[in-house]
Amino acid sequence: MSSLSYAAPATVDEAIGLLAGASGLAKVLSGGTDLLVQLRSGRTRPALIVDTKKIPGIIGIREVDGGFVIGAATSGAMIGEHAALAAVYPGVVEATNLIGSTQVQGRASLAGNLCNASPAADSVPAMIAAGATAVIAGPKGRRTVPVEQVVTGPGRTSLARDEFIVEFHLPKRAPRSADAYLRFIPRTEMDIAVVGAGVNVTLDAAGVCTAARVSLGAVAPTALLVADCAAALVGSKLDEHALAKLDLAARDACKPIDDKRGTIDFRIKVAGVLARRAAAIAFERAAARS
Amino acid sequence: MSKIHVTTTVNGEPAEFLCQPGNSLLDALRDDLNLTGSKEGCSSGDCGACSVIVDGRLVCSCLMLAVEAEGKSITTIEGIANGDVLHPLQRKFLEHAALQCGFCTPGFLVAAKALLDHNPDPTETEARYWLAGNLCRCTGYDKIIRAVLDAAAEMRAGAPAGE
Repeated sequence: MSSLSYAAPATVDEAIGLLAGASGLAKVLSGGTDLLVQLRSGRTRPALIVDTKKIPGIIGIREVDGGFVIGAATSGAMIGEHAALAAVYPGVVEATNLIGSTQVQGRASLAGNLCNASPAADSVPAMIAAGATAVIAGPKGRRTVPVEQVVTGPGRTSLARDEFIVEFHLPKRAPRSADAYLRFIPRTEMDIAVVGAGVNVTLDAAGVCTAARVSLGAVAPTALLVADCAAALVGSKLDEHALAKLDLAARDACKPIDDKRGTIDFRIKVAGVLARRAAAIAFERAAARS
Repeated sequence: MSKIHVTTTVNGEPAEFLCQPGNSLLDALRDDLNLTGSKEGCSSGDCGACSVIVDGRLVCSCLMLAVEAEGKSITTIEGIANGDVLHPLQRKFLEHAALQCGFCTPGFLVAAKALLDHNPDPTETEARYWLAGNLCRCTGYDKIIRAVLDAAAEMRAGAPAGE
């Protein structure tokens, strides 16, 4: 800790140069609600902290081409207060606002929640279901990656040491599209997901699902994008048959661990239940957005 | 490693301190600025005893680096009262006996002030969820919630027209 340095670069290029040139481990700081805990416990011992929050555009939400661009370090509180975003992507907003307390919401960011790479991160299944992409800056320029390709395992990401996320893109919505996110915790607040489920659907004028994405959290080393769950929904009006197929596909996708928050059997069962419930909410919201 | 010089605003007054890169804002408030009202409970963002308001946002000062305070405006528990006149929340905490050991109280008061700044007329449910990040092991929370809602009601009734 005594050799730790801090830098707050004013540009993306300066930040990349700092990350590339660090003599030891360099950590990117957004809201810091995970990083500071890990610093204090000694779980991470970086030589350099690169605080991204002075970089223009890294905090804030913009509507671009009918979709949304969310700066990597935008706080959960700002995301929750953005009425237009909440109207179009209610699942992403409700998932983000489930993270931690009011105090944590004042600082915690989407980039931090993703790159901390916890299998139980609440915003991640919602972002994956929504089809969000991450814009990653590095020495060779910028690359755009689907959110489901960022985390490779608990605590691990596909980012190189000289790369960091600058923003997230949420695509323009087709009519009658909406998302929802649900998590199970044994109380009502201030806990970590035992299971999370994000569902995003588009319906036709008759209410039949034409496109779907379903993502499950806390049931595998990374959040899962489950194609069989989506296939169970497409072509249906969410009748009992579709719900049963969705439930089965969700349970089949789970590869959970036993831990103090839940057993393997419990997590598998709850994944099916939450997928059904989140799908019902997403369908209802989508039907209302004609 | 040389220390970093930080210039900031605390409770409306200019403040400056020297810090190590890994120091938290809570460290700087307590050890460098001698503002010991903010408490260190868990140092992991779970208990809320170190709650402060930074540029209008409620945060845990244990989860923010001291160096990040550069150019910010910070409100701590020491800035809640108006001189010798207690803030309505402080008065209502006393009236409702909303504290016993008192360790969590500064964090609750700052968090409750942030709530009422944001929403002058919270429901009981809203107040409970807003304060879910503040832990109290003495009161069982009911007296705290009653004090917050009573203070909110008094502040609404007492607010001059048009404010």
